[in-house]
Amino acid sequence: MKAVNRLGSGARTDSAKTINFTYNGKPLQGVAGDTLASALLANGVNLVGRSFKYSRPRGIVGHGAEEPNAIMQIGSGAGTVPNLKATQVELYEGLEAASVNGWPSVNFDLMAITGWFGRLMPPGFYYKTFMYPAKLWMTYEHFIRKAAGLGSSPVQNDPDSYDKLNQHCDVLVIGAGPAGLTAAREAARAGARVIIADEQSEFGGSLLASTDIIDGLPATEWLDAIVAELQGFANVQTLPRSTAFGYYDHNFVGILERRSDHLGLTAKTGARQRLHRVRAKQVVLAAGAFERPLVFAHNDIPGVMQASSVSTYVNRYGVAPGNDLLLFTTNDNAYQTAIDWHNAGRTVVAVVDSRLNPTGERVAAVTALGIQVMAGHGVIEAQGGKRVKRALVAQLNAEGTQVIGPVTKIACDLIASSGGWSPAVHLSSHTGAKPQWDASIVGFRPGKSQQQERSVGACGGTYTLRGCFEEGASAGAQAAMLAGFGDDSLMFPVPEVLDIQEQPQQALFLVPHTKSTSRAPSQFVDLQLDVSASGIELAVREGLESVEHIKRYTAMGFGTDQGKLGNINGMAILANALGQSIAETGTTIFRPSYTPTTFGAIAGRDVGELFDAERYTAVHRWHVEQGAMFEDVGQWKRPWYFPKQGETMQEAVDRECLAVRSSVGILDASTLGKIDIQGPDAAEFITRMYTNSYLKLAPGKCRYGVMLKEDGMIFDDGVCACLAENHYLMFTTTGGAAAVMAWLELWKQTEWPDLQVYFTSVTDHWSTATITGPNARKVLAKVCDDLDLSADSFQFMDWREGTVAGAKARVFRISFTGELSYEINVPAHYGRHVWEALMEAGEEFDITAYGTESMHVLRAEKGFIIVGQDTDGSMTPADMNMDWVVNKNKAFSFIGKRSLERSDSVRENRKQLVGLKTLDGAEVIPEGSQIVFDSKQQIPMSMQGHVTSSYYSANMGHSIALAVVKGGHSRLGQTVYCPLANGRTIAAEIVSSVFYDPQGERQHVE
Amino acid sequence: MLLIHCPHCREDREEEEFHYSGEAHIVRPLEPENLSDEEWGDYLFFRKNPRGIHHEMWHHTAGCGRYFYATRNTVSYQILETYMVGEKPQHTADSAGASQ
Repeated sequence: MKAVNRLGSGARTDSAKTINFTYNGKPLQGVAGDTLASALLANGVNLVGRSFKYSRPRGIVGHGAEEPNAIMQIGSGAGTVPNLKATQVELYEGLEAASVNGWPSVNFDLMAITGWFGRLMPPGFYYKTFMYPAKLWMTYEHFIRKAAGLGSSPVQNDPDSYDKLNQHCDVLVIGAGPAGLTAAREAARAGARVIIADEQSEFGGSLLASTDIIDGLPATEWLDAIVAELQGFANVQTLPRSTAFGYYDHNFVGILERRSDHLGLTAKTGARQRLHRVRAKQVVLAAGAFERPLVFAHNDIPGVMQASSVSTYVNRYGVAPGNDLLLFTTNDNAYQTAIDWHNAGRTVVAVVDSRLNPTGERVAAVTALGIQVMAGHGVIEAQGGKRVKRALVAQLNAEGTQVIGPVTKIACDLIASSGGWSPAVHLSSHTGAKPQWDASIVGFRPGKSQQQERSVGACGGTYTLRGCFEEGASAGAQAAMLAGFGDDSLMFPVPEVLDIQEQPQQALFLVPHTKSTSRAPSQFVDLQLDVSASGIELAVREGLESVEHIKRYTAMGFGTDQGKLGNINGMAILANALGQSIAETGTTIFRPSYTPTTFGAIAGRDVGELFDAERYTAVHRWHVEQGAMFEDVGQWKRPWYFPKQGETMQEAVDRECLAVRSSVGILDASTLGKIDIQGPDAAEFITRMYTNSYLKLAPGKCRYGVMLKEDGMIFDDGVCACLAENHYLMFTTTGGAAAVMAWLELWKQTEWPDLQVYFTSVTDHWSTATITGPNARKVLAKVCDDLDLSADSFQFMDWREGTVAGAKARVFRISFTGELSYEINVPAHYGRHVWEALMEAGEEFDITAYGTESMHVLRAEKGFIIVGQDTDGSMTPADMNMDWVVNKNKAFSFIGKRSLERSDSVRENRKQLVGLKTLDGAEVIPEGSQIVFDSKQQIPMSMQGHVTSSYYSANMGHSIALAVVKGGHSRLGQTVYCPLANGRTIAAEIVSSVFYDPQGERQHVE
Repeated sequence: MLLIHCPHCREDREEEEFHYSGEAHIVRPLEPENLSDEEWGDYLFFRKNPRGIHHEMWHHTAGCGRYFYATRNTVSYQILETYMVGEKPQHTADSAGASQ
């Protein structure tokens, strides 16, 4: 295909360097410097998609982030990227692009049939249609998504890498147009560390397509010079292809830098994108403005474009997106497009100006070219199918609210429209600054600064080139001074430009039609989501008043373009329908992200192995060598069970559990939290934190304690040992270690700073091997000869310091299985040595390594709770049948004590811990099952509790479960029911939560 | 993301290093047993939720591990001061009101 619309080289393209690409599988050629959009337009491609709701043909409208229609799928396979705007995709050799909506194709779209039923899909359609019946929603959604298109995500893993950079600077300049460039230059000269970022492929902003003369040079040459000057500063970082997408608290700005997207998906040059997390002392926002389209009937037909975009394609890219241009404007500024089009050698059919008597300098220049200017007129409708064929033009009244003359048909294939400009207030809005309506610029200006930022140039509502330069320079100097550099005086003369006399624009947000808005052909406000002027008016008639509600009801501004083109028109139309001013109606609030940001960049390197830290015990490698299956407990990798050849998990767990009770087992308990507590007030402090007392705990002794939150609910549990006078070791649960540490520090630091007590986390310092079972003592005796292990000397709940397999050890005789147990703590780097020595010593007793699953089963057989599994933050010690651990006679009112007397804590019918024994012993109730008393009752049933732990117990020969049941302690012997999701019900008897060895005799092994 | 000055470290650090730990200056009653359920409930559960100046506790979890207080404007998220446990704030809702 010949590039019919290529004029030659533009200011930023080189027509001698061709680039091959494909669009919907068809090979096409662009040139160096093209975007995908400019290359498509050069090739005469103007139909690029179908609209979201009505599937109407849509063409390229803009030239940047505001583009609503040209949404593309780029590339294929693992690296494919959906929903990119063709106006922002730089062309590279071999680029594959496909339009994302249009099914089966954009040219023949089956879904266009819904266009005929457009009136059946009013705003709020989704709410109205799909609210009931709810279960059909999945069906609808599937159909809607397929019809809507909107790209497809890659199904493979992302092959690219992404980086995050934490940056600091004195002055961050966002936008490198005329205002941003001068701001950065002044700040840099003052000596500030400057970062200047711009979303486009190169710096310049509006200057890239400008025909102005600056300091006697063509704008693009002046631009090259100042960019080179900036790059020459050692204290300036220039970031092209970098979008500031979010402005967060305390001058924290997120910037997405696209490093290799423009080189193609196969180009590997390190990270594809970088997320710059910039903390700036001062920020200068120079983000520019978006031209506002005019809203007239069928303004969505391909061939209706933004006036400034037409100029950009002509001047910057050397592409004329049509032949016969009709320009429709409300302001002087857009006349430049007619001049540019004329100079490109193509025909300007007419300029239609809604104002009665335009006489500005650019108007005169257009008239001098012999171009017809139709003052006091408006384009009320565009006609054509997949391309504009003609415009219907009529005389308007002075206010632009009514058609007052006959309708003329003017043939053309391109309608450029300009309704003035809307400052890009997005980033300032992110800071909480509420945009303020300013009738003098017919737009919202940024609100009062909430952070160390200022908006300059077009994003502040200043549109003259001279004004942009002046504001930019002063803001740069001021920002530098506030950051501690320079004295606010300008170091450079403000660039000299020719002032062009302009007349005021007219505010025109909805072009009238000969028919009423509701009867006229659709006048589109939001092109991407098919929101029309009549839709907004209908929403008002249906009673919606708030701009935020209208936005959600009509979906205006919800697309990937976030309403950058249409929102202001929509709000003005809304204000008019409500009979309010625009200022009263206000705007919706812009939130991050300014443009879509890839998940890859947000994740950065925190994926795969680096997603989260993994913690290993000192014995981990041994577990791996033994073929252990692992369980994640917090960040810890804990052995779950150790399957032998061909064993299922249940078989392995059965074997491990039986071994513990019949001979001896060994568990890696190193992950338990350990906090070393020292100081003269240590015992007093610990006694305040636990429900029981430690004041009389002698060195060499241990005590089990339960910790409550101040609301009386169980928070953590564990054993605390007195190591020496004023020296204790507190064990916590594996998952609760950090929280307990912070909890102790909180009380010590903020409530009782006078207590002399100090905490040190020693979890990682120790490796803990627990040997448990009737033969545990015999095993330990083989590797420990300096401790008297006899039952009388080394009693239950004692601890001793000795030597185990040559290593200095703290041995605790405490038990989580109910069997004779020793928890052997050695410095972590001796961990594996001691573990292997214990395995060797235990060989004759067939010592069996067991994991967390068997640990859970064994403790459940004994009715020992696991905090966080059998409790959920709403359980008191009494609920857990653990009143014995609460000492109510302590002098100090320990944390949580008073709450145990609250009316709710002593209420009858609280959920209480019980055991459950299924009537069928082989049946294991799923954990989390709800419990009811009457299985025959109507659904929804009255839920009376739930199952917290449930296992098959090989030692008992039947399943066991722990549950919390309302009033459970007084319901022993009753039958309860667990209705399952599949409709089946399991019956179980409430029994004691202690299934095994209720007298606790097992640990008294002689 | 907030930038928080840790008065112990005497450095401005990123919010990621800190944990918010609730309202500051809530004193635990000395004799809980002498309080009614309602009074104890007030201490346990009722917190200020001001629009504007708020005194709060922060924990420098990934830093020095110490607690401190901050006076923060809940509207603008501006942190007016951070100070040590045991100290009194310089900025209060009254002083802010007076200065406006």
